[in-house]
Amino acid sequence: MGAKKWIAMLLAGGQGSRLGELTIGLAKPAVPFGGKYRIIDFPLSNCTHSGIDTVGVLTQYQPLILNDYVGNGKAWDLDLDVGGVSVLPPYQGKEGGEWYKGTANAVYQNIQYIDNYDPEHVLILSGDHIYKMDYSKMLDYHVEKNAEATIAVIQVPWQEASRFGIMNTNNDDKITQFDEKPKYPKSNLASMGVYLFNWKKLRQYLINDEKDADSSNDFGSNIIPKMLEDRKKLYAYRFNDYWKDVGTVESLWQAHMDLLEEKPNFQLDDQQWKIFARNANHPPQYISANAEVSQSLINEGCMIHGNIEHSVLSYNVQVGNGSTIKDSVIMPNVTIGENVHIERSIIASNCIIEDGAVVGNSAVTADITLIGENQTIINPNKKKITLN
Amino acid sequence: MESVLGIINLINEKQHLKELTAHRNVASVPFGGRYRLIDFTMSNFINADVSKVAVFPKEKYLSVMDHLGSGKEWNLDRRSGGLFILPPIHPDETVTGDMKQFYDHLSFFERAAADTVIISPGCHVSKLDFNEVLAYHKKHDADITVVYKDYVGEVIEKPIYHTCSVDSNEDISDISFYTIPRPGDHVCLETFVISKSLLVNLIKSCVASGEYDFLKDAVKANLHRFTVKGYNFTGDMPFIHSIESFHSSNMNFLKPSVIRSFFGDTWDVYTKIKHEAPTKYSRSSSVTNSLIANGCDIEGTVENSILFRGVKVKKGAIVRNSIIMQKGEIEEGAIVENTITDKEVKITKEKTVIGSEQPAVIKKAEVI
Repeated sequence: MGAKKWIAMLLAGGQGSRLGELTIGLAKPAVPFGGKYRIIDFPLSNCTHSGIDTVGVLTQYQPLILNDYVGNGKAWDLDLDVGGVSVLPPYQGKEGGEWYKGTANAVYQNIQYIDNYDPEHVLILSGDHIYKMDYSKMLDYHVEKNAEATIAVIQVPWQEASRFGIMNTNNDDKITQFDEKPKYPKSNLASMGVYLFNWKKLRQYLINDEKDADSSNDFGSNIIPKMLEDRKKLYAYRFNDYWKDVGTVESLWQAHMDLLEEKPNFQLDDQQWKIFARNANHPPQYISANAEVSQSLINEGCMIHGNIEHSVLSYNVQVGNGSTIKDSVIMPNVTIGENVHIERSIIASNCIIEDGAVVGNSAVTADITLIGENQTIINPNKKKITLN
Repeated sequence: MESVLGIINLINEKQHLKELTAHRNVASVPFGGRYRLIDFTMSNFINADVSKVAVFPKEKYLSVMDHLGSGKEWNLDRRSGGLFILPPIHPDETVTGDMKQFYDHLSFFERAAADTVIISPGCHVSKLDFNEVLAYHKKHDADITVVYKDYVGEVIEKPIYHTCSVDSNEDISDISFYTIPRPGDHVCLETFVISKSLLVNLIKSCVASGEYDFLKDAVKANLHRFTVKGYNFTGDMPFIHSIESFHSSNMNFLKPSVIRSFFGDTWDVYTKIKHEAPTKYSRSSSVTNSLIANGCDIEGTVENSILFRGVKVKKGAIVRNSIIMQKGEIEEGAIVENTITDKEVKITKEKTVIGSEQPAVIKKAEVI
C-alpha cells in the first residue's frame, strides 16, 4: 500500500451525556443537526473538501446508527478502494481486548490501521463540533512551522474559557503551556479538538503513554502536556470562523437558532462547501393553504398545515392545522397533531405530539425543553386548550 | 427468482413539451419539485427488484446520462447487472425505429442473463407494480403482455396516443395508432412484458424484413399468432401530452392525497442527490399551498406553486400557479403567474410574466 501524505482519525465514540435523553440510544456524532444532517457530517465533509481521502472513524458508545449512517462513506465521496472511511470499533486481539479508555488510547489501539497507510501526518478530529474548516491550510501551516504537533484554536469569550482546553502561546503562536479547563485561564485560545501530528512522533508518544499506568490516555490531559514537557514544537493554528461545540442541550439549540439569522455566521447552503449527508429520500416539502412559515429552515418530506416561526424542521415532520412551533428544533419523523403549541424546545426523532398538547416554556430564562426519542406527548387537559 | 431485464425505451418519445424538450429528451423533463420523468420508471424497476436496466435514448440524451450517472441513486451501480445506457451507434444515420436500435445492440440482449424483458418508456408518472404485471403475464402464459390504461383527463386535440381493443378474454384484439382517445379508451402505455428469446427472435426477423417498430411490427402484426394479453393499469397516472397537461398534472401534486399516494405508503421514488441544504424561509416570506424542494431561499410570496431545488424568491416577489425549475431566481418585486420557468431562469427586478390558460414557458437559463 502506497504511503499517504495524511489521514484523519475521527473520535466518534463519545456518549455525550450532557445531551441527556438525546443520546440514550445514539452516539453524540449521530445526533441530527440542521434539519437534514448529523453532527458527524461536518468533520466528514471538511475532510472531503480538504482532500483527505482516508478517515478512520473510532466508535464505541451505541455504535449501531452511527455505523449504519457512515456506511461505506459514499455520501462523502469516501468510498475508495484504498483508504476511504473505515469504522473502527474496539476489538479483541490475541491478548484480549478492551474498551477505548481515552482519546489517545483509542488511536493507540488502531496503530496498525494507521501504519497500513504509512502517513506522514495524522489529523485527529472530534465528532461533535459544527464548523467548516479547510484542514489543508492547517497542514500547510504545520509544515511551514516545522511543527511536531499543531492544534487548532479559536478565541472564545473569556468568561467561557474555563470550559475548554486553553493554549498559552508566545508571540509566534508556539504553544508554551496547555491548561485543561483552567479555573483562571491565562488566555482565551481554546482547543477545537483538532490536532495534527507527525505520525512517527505521535506513534512513539502513544506507545509510551500506554505504558504509563497513571495516564488517563487522553490527548488533552496526557499526550499534549507530555509533548510540551519534552519541549516539542507545538503550534497553535488560529481559526477565525464559526465553530460551535454542541455538547449541551442549550448549545445544540443555540447553534440551530444561529442558522436562522438573516445573514448567519454559519451557512448550510454554501455552494462552495456543501455539507454532505446520507440523504433520506423524501418528496419536496408541502406547505398547505392554512400554513404560515417564517424565518425557518424546513427539510424535504415535511407536510406543514400549521404555523412555523423561527424553527428548524428535519425531514418527514408532519404539523397539523392550528399548531404553532416557535423557537424550536424538530428532529426527523416527528408527528405533530392539531392545535399543538411548541416553544423553545428540541423534539427528538419519532416523537408524536398529540392534538392540543403544549410543550416548552416561553420564558427566555427557562431551560430548553427536550423531548427524547420515540415519546408520545398527550394533552393532559383535552377539553380545555389554552395557549398563553 | 426469474431474472428480468428492464428496458427504458426512449426511442419513440414524442416531443410535445415544446421549450421543455428543446435541449433534453422527454424522460429528462423535470417534474414534481425534485424529480425527472424517468425517475418514476427507474424507481418502478428498482421496486420490482429488476437489477439490470438498459436505457435506449435516441437524441438529446446528455441530460439523461448526467442525471442517471452510474445509477447509484437507484442502487444500480453493481458489478453484475446495473445500469446501461445504449445510445444509437451510428450517429449519422436517422434512427428508423426502436427495433433497429435494439438490433444494433443485439449482443447486449443475447448476453444478458435474463429470461424475461420488461420494456417501458421513460415518461409515465406512475407507480406501476411490475411484479404484478409479471405475475399476470405468467398466469396467462402470455407471449406478450401489453399494459394499458383507460384514458382520463381533458379532451386531446392532437392524435398522439395509440389505443388498443381488448376482448372479453383480456386478449388484445387490435391496436390503433395515433388516435384521439375519449375518456375510458384503452391507451397503450407502450409498456410490455416479453420473454427474452421471443424478443431476440422478433428483433432479428423484423429487421431482416425491413420492419423497425416494436409495437407495429412485432406486436400488432402478430396479434393472431401470439397470445397477447392486456394488463389494465388502474393506479394513478396523469396523461402528460402538452404544456397545459404538464402544468396541471404538476399542480395536482399540491393535493396532500396525491402527495401521499405517490410518496407515502408504498415504495420510494428515487432521484439524483444534490446535497442541498433545507429550504430557508425568511421573516418576510409568505408561502401557501406549495410544494418546495430543498435548497430554496424564500423571502417573497409563493402561492399554489412548485419550486424545484435551489430556487430563490426575493423580497416582494410573487410567484403564483407556477412551476419554477432548478436554480430559478425571481428578483425583488417581480411577478410570475401561470408560468413554467425552465432551469436557471432569472426574472429580474419588477418584471412581470403572466401566462394565460396556456401557461407561459420561459426557456432554460433565460433572463427576463
